[in-house]
Order: sequence, then structure tokens, then C-alpha cells
Amino acid sequence: MTAIAPDPTGPGRSAAASGPGAAGAGPATTGSPGSRALGIAALAAVALATLYGLALSPADVEMGDLVRLMYVHVPSATACYLGCFITTAASGLWLWKRTPGWDVLAGAGAELGLLFVVITLVTGSLWGRPTWGTYWTWDARLTSTALLAVLLVGYLALRRLDLDPDARSARVPILGLLLMPNVFIVSRSVEWWRSLHQRATITTLHPQIEGDLMVALMTGFLAVTLVFAWLLLHRFRVGWLEYQAQRLDLDQALDARRSEAGAGASRPTGDEEVAK
Amino acid sequence: MWRDAALVAGRDLRIEGRSRVAISQVGPFALLVLVLFAFALDPERGVLERATAGLFWVAVLLSAMLTLGRSAALDEADGVRDGLRLSGLDPGGIFLGKALAVAAQLLALEVVLAAGVIILYDAEPTGIALLVATCLSATAAVAATGTLYGALVSGLRVRETLLPLLVLPALAPVLIGATRAFESALGGVPAEGWPWCGLLAGFAVFYSLAGALAYGALLEGS
Repeated sequence: MTAIAPDPTGPGRSAAASGPGAAGAGPATTGSPGSRALGIAALAAVALATLYGLALSPADVEMGDLVRLMYVHVPSATACYLGCFITTAASGLWLWKRTPGWDVLAGAGAELGLLFVVITLVTGSLWGRPTWGTYWTWDARLTSTALLAVLLVGYLALRRLDLDPDARSARVPILGLLLMPNVFIVSRSVEWWRSLHQRATITTLHPQIEGDLMVALMTGFLAVTLVFAWLLLHRFRVGWLEYQAQRLDLDQALDARRSEAGAGASRPTGDEEVAK
Repeated sequence: MWRDAALVAGRDLRIEGRSRVAISQVGPFALLVLVLFAFALDPERGVLERATAGLFWVAVLLSAMLTLGRSAALDEADGVRDGLRLSGLDPGGIFLGKALAVAAQLLALEVVLAAGVIILYDAEPTGIALLVATCLSATAAVAATGTLYGALVSGLRVRETLLPLLVLPALAPVLIGATRAFESALGGVPAEGWPWCGLLAGFAVFYSLAGALAYGALLEGS
């Protein structure tokens, strides 16, 4: 799973390295031959996981067909933590390097983290209703996952505010940097809290997965990982294009004002090309 | 740095002392929350007595939101931020000073709330040392975390709504730890509460360090 991290940062680093002067550089679309191949691979993996998870693998001895939810649930939970980790790491790198690509990557990681944490909570509740007889129980992992979702919502709420770049460049990465420590402290303390009252319910209900079920779970992991990588890549590129578009808007507005002000002032020749 | 912290804490407390908002509004609000809990939970069946520790800390957190909002708002008006940047005070000192001022207000509030739960909820404190240690460490944790997040949202139009959304999930471990420690001190086994108190102290140290390090960047980028 670690292999996917360099993928999305590639264009960010190269585009960011070319500096602010190169507005408009970089991909004009969010797709590329590489990402198309990744997308096809992700689709194939989803098809394989569906086939294996729903048809080829047998029902579990204890959980019956409910075990099939686990093939989505467990990989989604992993993907959500991966998204949080990407956000924190990219926030740290943004503070350090000050290249805008890391900012865009931090946002993409948090959005995907929120998507997968919602999938985790929904599949978990659907599984919990027939297994435990309730959609929700105050289990350590459930509670800390719910708090993780709220932490992500808070981070994205600050991100989507229309702040001026100066105010943004300090606040957003610091909050992103605090995300992973918060997730860690919350999950530790919640685990400690619940373990005084009852054993962690999920771990005791998790059977040792073997054989065909293990293969199905692995196909689930493969599918979710590839989908995560594909989504991250495209969200990153959309974010990057947004960033470029904002810069272009500003440049064009400046040019328009200049040409209004001085009748003789000619616009830079390269500008129309960039605008297209 | 500590001298700067004392200066900033003195300033914040002097402003609070003159405006009397903490005494005339936040304190009564906290007591009102205690009364509202009694309306929500049937007080005749001992529910309040069993839940005293948790309700006490929820009341502290809710009131702390008001105190933190005010602490963040102090620096918004009249170019105070620019003044602080030009003053040459150490940013870490400014952070610690603001956190100390919030902590002092919260401690005063907790004394009022403690009297409130003893009178209204019939609480019987046994482990006094644990109660005091928990109050001190949990207050330090709330003040440090809240001051850092307050600086994150300071000056934004949505500050009042965004601050609780950011702070309360981050403070969930403090609520858990302080509640467990109080439960052991109020009729439980005090020895079980001390590890929680240690967790609170560690949390307070982590956020104090994070805040002192980050405050300079937050002050500059505004």
C-alpha cells in the first residue's frame, strides 16, 4: 500500500518545482495514460473482489453471509487511516517546503479519509445490526472511528473556508499536522476507557480468517487500495487545476486592471495562450 | 518567555476582571447547565448522583467554549494581533500567557461548579488530593488545547461555530480521563484514578508544547 503514495505526489512535485512562474503548466485534464491504466486495474480489481466476495467464497461458519461485509469494511478502515496519514504527512511537508502541491495532497487525503470512514461506519452498522442486535454499541473502535470522522469534518470545514492565502498557509497545515496525533490519542484513550468496562467486542468476534475467506479479504484490500489510489490521484489533479485556475483568475484580473489604467500598456503576449 | 507569559496572562485577566463577563455570565451559565441536567435526567432516582463526574466535566467543557471564544476574541479587535507581533514578546510566551489566563478562569469556574454539584447533586468528595490533581491537569489540558485551536480560528467570521467543532473532538480524551478520575475520587477507589490523571497531564504537556511551537506561525499568518 505504501507504493501508491509516490504516485500522486509525482505531478505535484514536478509542477511545484517548476515554481509559481509556470502558471498553467501541468496537466490540463485529470486523466493520463498512467491513470487510465490504474483506473482499469481498479475496475478489474473491484470486479474480482465482487466476484470473489459475493460468489466464489463460502459463507462463514459463525457469521454466515454477513462475513462478506467484512471484505469492504476492513479495507475501508485501513484506507481511512491511510488518508489521515497522508494528510498529516503532506501538512508537515507543506509547512516545511512551502510548495502548494502538498497542500492539495493534504486536502485530497482528508476527503478520501472521510469517504472511507463513512463507508466503514455504514458497513459496520449494517453488520452490527444482525450480529449484535444493534446498529451501534459503545465499543472502543466504533467510538474512536466516529470521533475520527468528526476530526476530519472539522479539518475539512476549516479548509473549505475562503481564507486569504496568508491566514490559510499557517492554520490549515497546523490543523492537518495535529490530525494524526489526535487520532492516536483519541483511539488510545477510548480503548483504555472501554477496556475497563468490557472487552473490545469486535476483536473477540473476529474469527481467525483462513482459506477462501482470506483470499476474498485480500481481493477486497486490492480493490480498495487501487480505488483509493485512483481517487487520490484524480482528486489531487482536480485540486491542482483549481489552484492554477485561481492563480490565472488573479493574473487576468490584474492584467485587466492594468490595461484599463494605462491605455498604452500592452498585455503580455503569452497570456491568451495560458488562458486557453 | 515566562515573563512574557505572565505579562500576557495579566493583561487577559485584567480585561476579564474589568468586564466581569466570566463572573456575571459564564459562571451562571455553568450553574444553569447543572440545573438543566437535573431537568433532563430524573433527579429522584439517583441518576444524577451516579453521573455527577461526567456531568461536572461536560458543564466545564461547555462553559470553557465561552471562555475560549472570549480569549480568542480579545486579540481580534483594534489590531491587537499586530501589536503583539510588534511587541517583541516571545510567541511561545504569548501562548502560555493566554492559556494560563484561561486556566485561571476555568479553575475558578470549577470551584463554583464543585460547590454546585455538592449542593445540587449531593456529591460526597472522598479523594481530595485526586480531585485537585485532576482539576489542575484537566484544566491545563483544556486551556492549552483551546488556546491553540482558538488561535487557529481567530479572526474568522465563523469562529464561534467552528471552534467547538474543532476543539470538542480533540478534547474527548480529556473528558474521558477527567470523568474516570472523578468517579474514582467520588466514592470509588482513588488509586484507580491516578493513571487517568497521568494521561491528562501528558495531554496537557503535549498540547502546551504544540501550542508554544505553533503560535508564532499562527500569529504571523493572520
